[in-house]
Amino acid sequence: MSLSVPADIEKEIDERITHYPVSRRSAVLPVLHILQRHFRFLSEDAVSWTAAKLGLEPIQVLEVVTFYPGFRQEAPGKVHIRVCRTLSCAMAGSYELLDNLCQAAGIDASRMGHHHPFAVSKDGRFSIEFVECLASCGSAPVCLVEDELHERVSPETAPDLLARYS
Amino acid sequence: MSNVTYISGKEPHSREHRLIFRNIDRKGYDPGLKCYLKDGGYEQLKKAVTMEPKAITDEVKAAGLRGRGGAGFPTGLKWTFIPPTNTKPVYLICNADESEPGTFKDRYIMHQDPHQLLEGMAIACYAVGAKLAYIYVREEFPHAARILEEAIAEATKAGFLGKGICGSTFDLELYVHRGAGAYICGEETGLIESLEGKRPYPRIKPPFFPAVLGLYMSPTIVNNVESLCHVKHILAMGGAEYAKLGTPNNTGTRILCVSGDVQKPGYFEVQVGKVTLGEVIQDLCGGLKPGRKLQAVIPGGSSAKVLRADERFKLKRGDEMVEIGLEDIPMDFDSLAACGSMAGSGGVIIIDDSRKISWVLNNINSFYAHESCGQCTPCREGSLWMKKISDRIVAGKASPDDVATLESVANNIEGKTICAFGEACSWPTQSFIRKFREELVADTREELAGVPVNHETTLAAANLKN
Repeated sequence: MSLSVPADIEKEIDERITHYPVSRRSAVLPVLHILQRHFRFLSEDAVSWTAAKLGLEPIQVLEVVTFYPGFRQEAPGKVHIRVCRTLSCAMAGSYELLDNLCQAAGIDASRMGHHHPFAVSKDGRFSIEFVECLASCGSAPVCLVEDELHERVSPETAPDLLARYS
Repeated sequence: MSNVTYISGKEPHSREHRLIFRNIDRKGYDPGLKCYLKDGGYEQLKKAVTMEPKAITDEVKAAGLRGRGGAGFPTGLKWTFIPPTNTKPVYLICNADESEPGTFKDRYIMHQDPHQLLEGMAIACYAVGAKLAYIYVREEFPHAARILEEAIAEATKAGFLGKGICGSTFDLELYVHRGAGAYICGEETGLIESLEGKRPYPRIKPPFFPAVLGLYMSPTIVNNVESLCHVKHILAMGGAEYAKLGTPNNTGTRILCVSGDVQKPGYFEVQVGKVTLGEVIQDLCGGLKPGRKLQAVIPGGSSAKVLRADERFKLKRGDEMVEIGLEDIPMDFDSLAACGSMAGSGGVIIIDDSRKISWVLNNINSFYAHESCGQCTPCREGSLWMKKISDRIVAGKASPDDVATLESVANNIEGKTICAFGEACSWPTQSFIRKFREELVADTREELAGVPVNHETTLAAANLKN
């Protein structure tokens, strides 16, 4: 197994598994979250490692990874940006916001699609993904930059937003 | 109670009645336990653990609380569906997967008043006999998950969770479980599958009613964040007193989330049925944007059927039927159902006359096409077909027949799937077409009538001069 999981991360994972006293399989999502946070995406090795850790077949982990939009199988940029695409944000200009962010970050938006939901800038600093409703419709348009929600992001301010993470 | 002050510019509207959102945007209020206790926190839990569990359920039933997640099912009644002969462990799950487009209330509760949710959950767990509970938080709320975990740790240390709660024999283990970005996890059986570590394919009912065969095939109660918070207030006020808030069969308060084309979008906690849709737009949200006219309203999250601005509705007032306009619809479960839509999750989306209806419908169809879990064929295929057809309409590459085709696809999904996603994705299309057929047809091209859709047609259409 070529995935090298640092001791503190494995300790965190082991503790997290105790939250599921009835079934270890329930810990699939939390284990994947911790691995993704550490490695930035979920490799085949991460899938095998998780399966071994929880006593599952790798396919039982892989089918979870491929289903949920929150799990990535490719490396994102150093800063991953998720722009809300759904109705209230779209009405407030989120399509324009996406375009402006892509332009400011030097990202080719045409490379986003079903199998590659996000695209990474050439310098690897940013990746951008158009996602469904982020549940902040009252302060549209919004985007999630890593863990931070930015509200009322007017499309013209896209370069300023990126500058804050440069 | 009376000396609550709010952050400047974020004061509640005078029409609001704040129970659940009492501490949201409150000046000097923080999510810590100390702050919560200073305000009478966990007093209801202390009282609850001295009561008979059934007495709590009876209070919730007397209060008439209806679920705030979308379906509006009576919460107390849901709790009684656990078979009386049950010998298996009982679980409770708080559904914090808030993801119905237009809805944005639960995050504020978790961020700013997490102990209110924990107290409501602990009381509910005691009432239904659950010793293990989870809060299923959507992945896009990383701070909510962290804040809740800190609150759980504090509450456990203080004896409000864990073993022997408040000196009683009641034990409760409570954990946060994070989702991973899938709308279908808000469907309670999909959520349960997800919590079991699988793809969130909803289960078929019967036999898999969660209260009978839920998490780990044991009785499980799944309630929305807001619903669970209400439990605390019901206990504080008494069910009968709580039921005086709101209107008969539509009791209590609820949080309306208003977005779209209004001056001041936002969240407003109001007595159910005590404000009309017109008052929501004019009073709470400061009206439409200058020079704009109302075109449509989606009153309860994106799956609720759309209401057209000039539509007339028949409603029962006492014993007589009255005809009213959209602005006079009371914002409650029964009235919105009688008007052919639903109160749903409380997400109200206002659409003015600057919007092209085909564009709005296409945005909604794109959402459902992305979020269909793919388990049932009508929904997996149909939601994508609906998106493709509305894509064509928006692009000006559709024939007038496409509108009828779109409608027939929706009709072939509704009622033919394992879970209510089938309805959620077909209701927007059905209602938009029924109410805005002319507008949709106007965006199609007569010259494409009868031309089969294929790659060449698409190319030909693309070359058509406007």
